[in-house]
Amino acid sequence: MKVWKEKKKFLSSITLDVVALIVSVIIFIVPFVFILLMASKTRQEAALFEFTWPSEFQLFENILKVLGYHNNRMLLALLNSTIITISSVTLIVLFSSLVSFVMQRRADRMASVVSSIMLAGLIIPPAIVPTIFLLKSLHIYKSLFGMIMVDVAYTMPFAILIFRAFMGTIPRELDEAAIIDGIPPLRIFSSIILPLLRPAIVTIVVTSSVTIFNDFVGPLYFLPGSKNVTAPLTLFSFTSQFSSQWNLLFADVLIITIIPLIIFIFFQKQLISGMTSGAIKG
Amino acid sequence: MFFLVPTALAFYFSMTRWTLFDATFIGFDNFIAFVSDPMLMGGLRNTIIYAVLTSGLKTVTAILLATLITMRLRLKGLFRGIIFFPVLVSTIAIGITFSSLMQPTEGLINVTLGFLGLPQPDWLGNPRLSLYSVAFVDVWKGVGIATVIIMAGIVAIPQTYFDVTKLEGGAWVRFRHVILPLVRNATYTVILLSFIGGLRSFDLIWAMTRGGPGFASDVLTSLIYKQYQAGFYGLSTAGNVVLFILVTAIVYPLMRYFNRREIEI
Repeated sequence: MKVWKEKKKFLSSITLDVVALIVSVIIFIVPFVFILLMASKTRQEAALFEFTWPSEFQLFENILKVLGYHNNRMLLALLNSTIITISSVTLIVLFSSLVSFVMQRRADRMASVVSSIMLAGLIIPPAIVPTIFLLKSLHIYKSLFGMIMVDVAYTMPFAILIFRAFMGTIPRELDEAAIIDGIPPLRIFSSIILPLLRPAIVTIVVTSSVTIFNDFVGPLYFLPGSKNVTAPLTLFSFTSQFSSQWNLLFADVLIITIIPLIIFIFFQKQLISGMTSGAIKG
Repeated sequence: MFFLVPTALAFYFSMTRWTLFDATFIGFDNFIAFVSDPMLMGGLRNTIIYAVLTSGLKTVTAILLATLITMRLRLKGLFRGIIFFPVLVSTIAIGITFSSLMQPTEGLINVTLGFLGLPQPDWLGNPRLSLYSVAFVDVWKGVGIATVIIMAGIVAIPQTYFDVTKLEGGAWVRFRHVILPLVRNATYTVILLSFIGGLRSFDLIWAMTRGGPGFASDVLTSLIYKQYQAGFYGLSTAGNVVLFILVTAIVYPLMRYFNRREIEI
């Protein structure tokens, strides 16, 4: 009797899992399957928008076509996006770890002023035209460098938030001991603090590279021109050019979706813990 | 160290000061133009509807999902992963995908609805629906991060609270009297984050409707872009300032209120 009851309990708990799995697959996975199917179809078949298996599997041809389209525009876009992402993430980690080290270790007026500016930076929507004006007067408008600087400025508040929270867990005695030993401040930072910050650095690298890589609004305003195209922007300009070639448009969507998927598979834990830890302290 | 940091800071300042100080240089003509234009006021209204709707739906769904996942389901990691993944995908890519899924005649959503014998509305073409359709996709994309935050909140609740409810009361008591009050901090975070996100969102709306049909789903950010494209920089910046005032006027008091009501576990 008891065994039977337990079996029933186990079965009912499994049922809920199965039902939830089916529902979540329908709601969250079907759109991605749809992308894959559309990207593998021929032009005529894709125009029907049907959720069916392609009669001719053309995924690789479609992807090659998208990559080679318009003098390898897509390859250029991926290259530009990679350059922007890697350089801005490097600068973000460098600057914000230094800033948050100082902010966390001294509690004077300056630190509190800076921290309220950072809070403002998290909330306030950036003013676009003035920023363009500023970039123009510095002669870095429409350049990858200018875009990198803007990305660094927009992402730093979030990075500093995470670094500061993490820095609080590193005991102050550690740097005091180093000061007594006569080690110069910059070396204290580089050889004692920085290695200890590793988990926070991984978090910031992963989260901010996904955001910057996917950023659409930034390049739309600050990086016009076909030479400077970035990955999400290709989708946008392809919507008009590929309006009758949905298979190619979805091949493009697929290329752009695969990159975060790879990052997600490798860094799922850091990503989720990083995004929540920053959020909860905010 | 004392050289690099001020440089980094000065650099950061130079980017943000513009946002803050520009308000003084505009003059009031742009604002008068803004307020008297019904299209722009419609955008203002849509922005508020969009932000309230998305953040409300995200918060409620996230609390339910997080409770279900942490309390009842075995494959926690798998569900978390499935729900979280859309957060990482390019918004434009999602917008394009859902525009095709929401196609009035051949799109998967309407084909399914037709199969079930339900009405098949024109999700994006109907001016009274389009804003809500986009908001729905926004919830789909963003609920993952909200759920993960609430889940972190639930996991932080000490086990003793749950042990008490095991003795008296069932699942409902556990949800109503333990989880809901004790994840309050996480809930506040979710509301704030998704509200700010909703007020500022642009890419999804632009990818799916471009503010259309007509101006039915225009929000402040899409109007800012339209004015910018048309060369009305002053008006565009005025829109930016309105957005800035809106965000600050709503978010700052909300944040103060939430901070006061925050609890220590």
